[in-house]
Amino acid sequence: MAQHQVNYTKDGGLPVMLTTVDHLINWGRSNSMWFLTYGLACCAIEMMASGASRYDFDRFGTIFRASPRQADVMVVAGTLTKKHAEFIRRLYDQMTEPKWVISMGSCANTGGMFNTYATVQGVDRVIPVDIYLPGCAPRPETLQYAAMLLQQKIRRERAFKKLPKKRLV
Amino acid sequence: MREYRPKKDVQKKSYYRDRFYVAPQVPREKIEEGSRFFDDVKSLGSKFEVKDSYVEINQLVVIVESSSIFEVIGYMKNSLSYDILNEMSAIDYVAKCGGFEIFYQMLSLSTTKRARIKCFLKEGEAIESVSSHFRCADWSEREMYDMFGIRANNHPYMKRILMPDDWEGHPLLKTYPLQGDEFAQWYEVDKIFGKEYREVVGPENRDGAMIDRYDTKRFSRIGHEVEYGASIDLGEPDTNLKYQEEKGVFLIKKLKPEISKELEKRK
Repeated sequence: MAQHQVNYTKDGGLPVMLTTVDHLINWGRSNSMWFLTYGLACCAIEMMASGASRYDFDRFGTIFRASPRQADVMVVAGTLTKKHAEFIRRLYDQMTEPKWVISMGSCANTGGMFNTYATVQGVDRVIPVDIYLPGCAPRPETLQYAAMLLQQKIRRERAFKKLPKKRLV
Repeated sequence: MREYRPKKDVQKKSYYRDRFYVAPQVPREKIEEGSRFFDDVKSLGSKFEVKDSYVEINQLVVIVESSSIFEVIGYMKNSLSYDILNEMSAIDYVAKCGGFEIFYQMLSLSTTKRARIKCFLKEGEAIESVSSHFRCADWSEREMYDMFGIRANNHPYMKRILMPDDWEGHPLLKTYPLQGDEFAQWYEVDKIFGKEYREVVGPENRDGAMIDRYDTKRFSRIGHEVEYGASIDLGEPDTNLKYQEEKGVFLIKKLKPEISKELEKRK
């Protein structure tokens, strides 16, 4: 009779960890969010600053990719003009599922100070948005917080959810 | 110069006291014998019909007929050595005089003189393109067509340059609304989703100061977070700011505040 019973499912037991598939997949997804570089205006400077060494976005597992085929998260950083609206939708459609969108800054949220004929009054008129970042331009900390909130959102989601219908341009 | 006003109590007053202030005109000097522009105007006048000419802030201004603009610009470039076209565009005077004023800002590097050629063009007429004299006029004329709807004859590529090709209207006209006409307001929805989606997407919100306190779909409340679309008519709960989930994250250790160390000084 063993004096000290070993709980094999706890830490220090066997090198085995029990979890659900949802947890495992969401863990992978939330810690490897690859951003599509989408710098449209001055918010892109803050986005680049977040990616650089001082704020070091890589520790969240986010890597900026230049192709929508390799990206999971689109960060719309800047003013979206009406001429460009078609292309943002096309790039969004080219991203593989699952995909998320962060709308960064006042211009992307609502059109901001560009209350004119040529600016889309909020990217949510064109693509579905998960997180809106306030600020003009938001500090890198704000983008970090948005990434962390998005991680929380991804972990809450079901890994195998029904995909919404796509509509191509 | 605007007259000086004491600014001691300036914060108590409203901003736009001089609402109907009319800025003084820049003085126009006549071109007489001895002026550095005299020879230029004389030789221009002998070749073309010069309606008016004067000097404004050391710059020659010549007003000519719009039908002769191609020859005038060519003469300025080849004979009078104004070898750079800095800028050209139009000014909307449709309501005032039924047309546009088109200006060509030119610079002569060899004689360090600047000149502005102006002409008046009636609405609906086209101007002769000067892009064969100056390559930079190519894009300027395209911009002029895009913004004002003034076509340039014999232009190599008369197409919009700033707005999309399928755009309707010319935005720099004074009659064009700043926030866009109906076509502009629905442009991206019509193009991407189709006109039948107008009702789904809804009209643009053009009120920059609009804040709906009870809208939980578009307005977040940090520290008082609620579910998406939840009703908060009866007030919202306080929620602690959490950077990590309560139960922790799979394979990731939760940071405990008591074991974290705060540095008093930078190393």
